[in-house]
Amino acid sequence: MKLIYEKSQPGRRASRIPKPDLPPASVPPELARAEPPRLPEVSEPELLRHFTELSTRNFGIDTGFYPLGSCTMKYNPRVNERVVALPGFRDLHPLQEEDAAQGALELMWRLQEILAEVTGLDAVSLQPAAGSQGELTGLLLMRAYFAERGEDERRRRVVIPDTAHGTNPASVTMAGYELVGIATDARGNVDLDDLRGKVDETTAGLMLTNPSTLGLFDENIEEIRDIFHGAGALMYYDGANLNAVCGISRPGDMGFDIVHINLHKTFSQPHGGGGPGGGPIAVRDVLEPYLPVPAIVRDGDRFRFDHDRPKSIGKVRGFAGPFGVFVRSYAFIRSWGPQLREMSEVAVLNANYLLARLREAYELPYDRLCMHEFVLSARRLKREHGVTALDVAKRLMDYGFHPPTIYFPLVVPEALMIEPTETEAKETLDAFAEAMLAIAAEAAEEPEAVRSAPHGRPVGRLDEVKAAKRAVVRYRFEDHPDLAAEPAAAGVEAPKGV
Amino acid sequence: MAAPESYPDDLLYHREHDWARIEDGEAVLGITWYAQDSLGELVHYEPPEAGSTIARDSSYGEVESVKAVSDLISPVSGEVLEVNQKVVDAPETVNLDPYGEGWLVRIRLSDPSETDALLDAATYKQHVTEQ
Amino acid sequence: MSHPYLSLTERDLEEMLATIGVASVEELFRDLPAGMRFGRELDLEPALAEAELVAHFEELASRNADTSRELSFLGAGVYDHYVPAVVDAVLQRGELLTAYTPYQPELSQGVLQAIFEYQTAICELTGMDVSNASGYDGATVAADACYLAKHATGRTRVVVTQATNPQVRQVVKTYAPGFGLEVVEVPHRDGATDAGELRAAAEDAALVLFQHPNFFGCLEPAPDLAAAAADAGALAAAHVDLVSLGVLEAPGEYGCHLALGEGQSAGNHQSYGGPHYGFLAAKEEFTRRMPGRIIGETTDAEGRRGFVLTLQTREQHIRREKATSNITTNQTLLALAGLVHLCWLGPQGLRELGEACMALAAYARERLPVAFPERTPFKELVVRTGRPAREVIRDARAQGIHPGYALGRDYEGMDDALLVAVTERRTPAELDRLVEVLAA
Repeated sequence: MKLIYEKSQPGRRASRIPKPDLPPASVPPELARAEPPRLPEVSEPELLRHFTELSTRNFGIDTGFYPLGSCTMKYNPRVNERVVALPGFRDLHPLQEEDAAQGALELMWRLQEILAEVTGLDAVSLQPAAGSQGELTGLLLMRAYFAERGEDERRRRVVIPDTAHGTNPASVTMAGYELVGIATDARGNVDLDDLRGKVDETTAGLMLTNPSTLGLFDENIEEIRDIFHGAGALMYYDGANLNAVCGISRPGDMGFDIVHINLHKTFSQPHGGGGPGGGPIAVRDVLEPYLPVPAIVRDGDRFRFDHDRPKSIGKVRGFAGPFGVFVRSYAFIRSWGPQLREMSEVAVLNANYLLARLREAYELPYDRLCMHEFVLSARRLKREHGVTALDVAKRLMDYGFHPPTIYFPLVVPEALMIEPTETEAKETLDAFAEAMLAIAAEAAEEPEAVRSAPHGRPVGRLDEVKAAKRAVVRYRFEDHPDLAAEPAAAGVEAPKGV
Repeated sequence: MAAPESYPDDLLYHREHDWARIEDGEAVLGITWYAQDSLGELVHYEPPEAGSTIARDSSYGEVESVKAVSDLISPVSGEVLEVNQKVVDAPETVNLDPYGEGWLVRIRLSDPSETDALLDAATYKQHVTEQ
Repeated sequence: MSHPYLSLTERDLEEMLATIGVASVEELFRDLPAGMRFGRELDLEPALAEAELVAHFEELASRNADTSRELSFLGAGVYDHYVPAVVDAVLQRGELLTAYTPYQPELSQGVLQAIFEYQTAICELTGMDVSNASGYDGATVAADACYLAKHATGRTRVVVTQATNPQVRQVVKTYAPGFGLEVVEVPHRDGATDAGELRAAAEDAALVLFQHPNFFGCLEPAPDLAAAAADAGALAAAHVDLVSLGVLEAPGEYGCHLALGEGQSAGNHQSYGGPHYGFLAAKEEFTRRMPGRIIGETTDAEGRRGFVLTLQTREQHIRREKATSNITTNQTLLALAGLVHLCWLGPQGLRELGEACMALAAYARERLPVAFPERTPFKELVVRTGRPAREVIRDARAQGIHPGYALGRDYEGMDDALLVAVTERRTPAELDRLVEVLAA
């Protein structure tokens, strides 16, 4: 398929810009653009068709089952798209006077209250733009908290389990902390012996996901809490797996002091091909003074920004945060109400059902009930038939599914992390299970079919070594001096049968 | 495509999977077969500058594959005399010939006695089986 | 357990529990310590049916004075540019809207190619060699640039002009301590920055960041500022407006190492501040230090061209604590909107857009008491009203116009100043109306 640049023809354009009836203003010559940018010249029908064609080469939740572990690929309700497009939200400027933005401020305040209730904590900031930004914000809050107590020079370390998502150690470094890793035991819990030896007066805190990236609820969470709070340290909860426990167990009750929530996971903000997301944080009241500025507060029946926050860590993102994401998440939550608990129950039910159907054919490293996701290993397929988790993932595409997450968490070799979410029907789960079982059988009987997958997609397996070695990261106009003369059908393929 | 597994006897080894060939007060350094096998096909080599000083047991550069980046750990200290430009231009040379064409830097030793702390081929081979 | 977003039936439930081998859903949670169980119902308002939901949101929306209801000259980082219908249409394609990060490229060539096209557009507009697939917003990409510069130069000071957006500066200062960076500001002189002063401040700096057009809407002596940075051995970073780059020179052409900014003006609705997208582009030597995702071109075994996430060893999921950033989820969909808008504009349209903004700004400058009459405005100007700006806003809004952003909170001695934005959606007649209202 051609790039939009390869479809450009001089003289075409999709836009008409109203020209004000005014004399032109000139740009000082030393600042003026010398060469026009080589944006494509296309008409509007060509433009729409190009992006429509691109969309047909993509797979979304709307297309089919998307069990990408740790990402919570649940249905994105369309009513949310309708409400976010209301002009009162869509065309509202962030610096509008507060008394002319009461609807927006009230929505944000209500969302804050909801997130505080769901997490069991006291104060919320909606500002962080994604989970990882929430993590960084949480770590900056830790620093501020200890700085005020004169302990920040001493407390330089943050403890993270080896099953942690890669954002956790990256965030720790960006916040200027040192990382201390801890092991996972045979039950899939944090190894308490390892932990006890590593928590002391130099510890600032813990970053933990519970349930973990293995999809397992840590059975020793109360003891972990006692170890950290006993050492005067704080506990940070990575909310990536919140879909498992809404209304069932609250991170604040587990002992966590700071929580980030992924609005694009638990609360249905569409993932958009990689973003946007939302990473609001909820904190225990001792940490509330340090939250990003401005806070959103209620005064009777009025809502406003509070900029008078002398202890705040500052700002992590412009304005109040990704407002359009709040609209959708708030709409999602309002469609469930207290029934959010059932959302989590069905997420856990769906995951356990798949686990039960797949545990024989694949290896289950931790023999426990899972929560909203579980991890299998394709290690036996690799050892006996030379078929890897990657091969299984590619072959699943031929069956019409998006693969699960692969090679994560790092503690499981040939890992397949499967998270169905609550919005999938039993027949879909059955079809997926049957495909996985068929692939396991193919691995034994005709491994080449699996190893040469996928078939029938616009491309086969791509050469990632080549992409990294001589990285071509933009279209090279310089290699195409006469674009307009290049053949119209270049790059087009007509399939010649199956 | 990669070389068959080997650990030449005439080299000295570091636990972090780097080798050194010592000759007349100089050392040629590189990464072992085990290291290139773990990383996969190399796509990038970030070398030190000629004339810079590198220290034993610390990082003097990086090599990168599609799936990982690895620090190059120096078995010995010294001044960088030459960087292997062939590997800079074609990092996969290391996979094809990790001990020959795939050498990474040549240095002048600042303290030849440091070689006493390095492993011989047999000891290093044992270390690899324990990984 | 019934809800429109669930498919579970009674029969499904029975069969599934039997397969799992438990008697009830409750039993699935048996590993949770008793002390960890939430013992009551969530204290949330009852669930709403879709029609009720829409009514609730319409009520909330009705209490917001948006730009479809009120003539507004608000800018200051977010702008009322026209977003063409085709942008909204593309964003509603479910295959793009509901997909996630393209980790499986064979299923994601749509998003991957679109972002490759976006990266190309950003490089082309800014005169750079590599762009990432987006950052969170114009403020956080400035923090990203600081982190990159620190590791590229080994220096620990960054210099930012005071004429750069206050929120950008505030975000940089929030991130700086964790990065181990000191932030120094260079004051504006009559609405722009003096290159000599900048050079003095930039000694031993890792990065010099200046906004152009700046927060006051004025054009800076950008090539001189870039030269000052380079002279001090610092990286020169220009915080720019995508829609200005049809008439203003690309930063890569006048000595900048980095170009970045808030992308909202290209393709995004105002949406009360977000979600939008930050863009960050650099010269080739910084490719391996770039934060965020980067899409690269390659081929498959049949020689077909395809696109993949590349240089992933920089990113958190591989590099972990040594990553160039912790960013995972970014702003892909909004960046895609930007791409569609830029393609809709084309080079002619982009130039005309810039020219329209400048013509309107020049017209406004002649008719309003501006703070910096010697400076050339792009699409914004600082107007001195002679009265407290907050009062001016109140009075103007009573007549149906929001006259602009009160600068007093951000800049000393500017309590009577308004930052007035004029995009291509404004007309001379509307400007005349503003003049009238302000004169009253």
